[in-house]
Amino acid sequence: MNGAHDLGGMHGFGAVPDVLDTHPHPDWYNRAMAMTVVMAAWGRWNIDASRRAREDMHPARYLGYGYYERWVDALERLMVETGLVTEEELRTGEPAGESLTPPVDAAGARAMLRRGGPTERDIDTQPRFRVGDRVVTTNEHPQGHTRLPRYARGHEGIILRHHGGHVLPDTNAHFQGEHPDHLYTVQFQARDLWGSEATEGDTVMLDLWETYLHAQ
Amino acid sequence: MVMTVTRDRPMSHDHDHDHDHSHVPPEPALRVQALESLLTRKGLVDPGALEAIIETYSNDVGPRNGARVVARSWVDPEYRQWLLDDATAAIAHLGYQGRQGEHMVAVENTDRVHNLVVCTLCSCYPWTVLGIPPTWYKSEAYRARAVREPRAVLREFGLDLDDSVDIRLWDSTAEIRYLVIPQRPAGTDDWNEEALADLVTRDAMVGAGRALTPDTAGGDA
Repeated sequence: MNGAHDLGGMHGFGAVPDVLDTHPHPDWYNRAMAMTVVMAAWGRWNIDASRRAREDMHPARYLGYGYYERWVDALERLMVETGLVTEEELRTGEPAGESLTPPVDAAGARAMLRRGGPTERDIDTQPRFRVGDRVVTTNEHPQGHTRLPRYARGHEGIILRHHGGHVLPDTNAHFQGEHPDHLYTVQFQARDLWGSEATEGDTVMLDLWETYLHAQ
Repeated sequence: MVMTVTRDRPMSHDHDHDHDHSHVPPEPALRVQALESLLTRKGLVDPGALEAIIETYSNDVGPRNGARVVARSWVDPEYRQWLLDDATAAIAHLGYQGRQGEHMVAVENTDRVHNLVVCTLCSCYPWTVLGIPPTWYKSEAYRARAVREPRAVLREFGLDLDDSVDIRLWDSTAEIRYLVIPQRPAGTDDWNEEALADLVTRDAMVGAGRALTPDTAGGDA
């Protein structure tokens, strides 16, 4: 979706804040992060659905929120969508119904972190492109989740690396299946993307699924 | 308009999704506190699991991991080649693997090439080797600008690159996570791996800086 999350190239944000990283991080950042990570253990959603939930909001709200506010907002939404909590429970802060048993304890949470969530999958089609091939990205503007940023649509690039089959976020984010697709690193000339102010020779690399690419 | 510190939030009418949640939230810290209380009392979350996660990223998983990987690559050419060919395996060999480091790629800075990593769409970051990303990496300014004007952004970090150095900007759009191998500083030929690791900063491994030098490291190595 063409949401406010698709920030690449936008003007107006000013200098990069806190480049020395000296501002203390409030404790609730950690707690928001930890809740998000551990709630994934229920297996009701996936990382693409989480990202979709974080970006699927009014642009003014997305930009008005802090980073972890988006996480918490998305977590609440996913829990409601998948029936783990109700709007009423969120509103009142009071649990209703029977008490549940959490899927992971401390040791289970550590094991989850160590295991991660690999997205590489066996795929039975041959890759359409080889390293060095010239490709052009699609210029589509899907309503749903996608990982081809606006700034890189309809541009020519070169295949730099093939990563095998990976879960396709565009479907997985909407619980429409993993549909593994060949994933490539595609190299673009910065000047093709950003015009004459970019420095000749600078390049931009994106990891893109085959479905985002046409042969040149 | 009535707001309490629990979850009563006024509705807004600019957003018509059926999962509309576009209330004006209370103070985020209170919102998180209320949510944690609800989730633990409902049995959705084990408080010990939350503490384990926070503790892991406070104590065990952080840029020190990546620094050890880089230092090894500086002293061991075979390891460096392995890291460039199959970073996931080479990094796992040192014990670092898992969430947000499942598929790693390492890229090396040279006299001619400088690599910089961003995630314009969210804030993908190699947690297994660098821990939780700093605020600047997650900021709108960095996400918006690094891809369009990396040289101006790097100057804000104190790094002024000559135009003869090509920038390779990696926008982490999939589940591949990038680790930048900074250049080994001059004057460290007789340094051991452990001392070298002290020179490898988090920013250097994102590409937003260089490794420290014997002069800038504080002289304790």
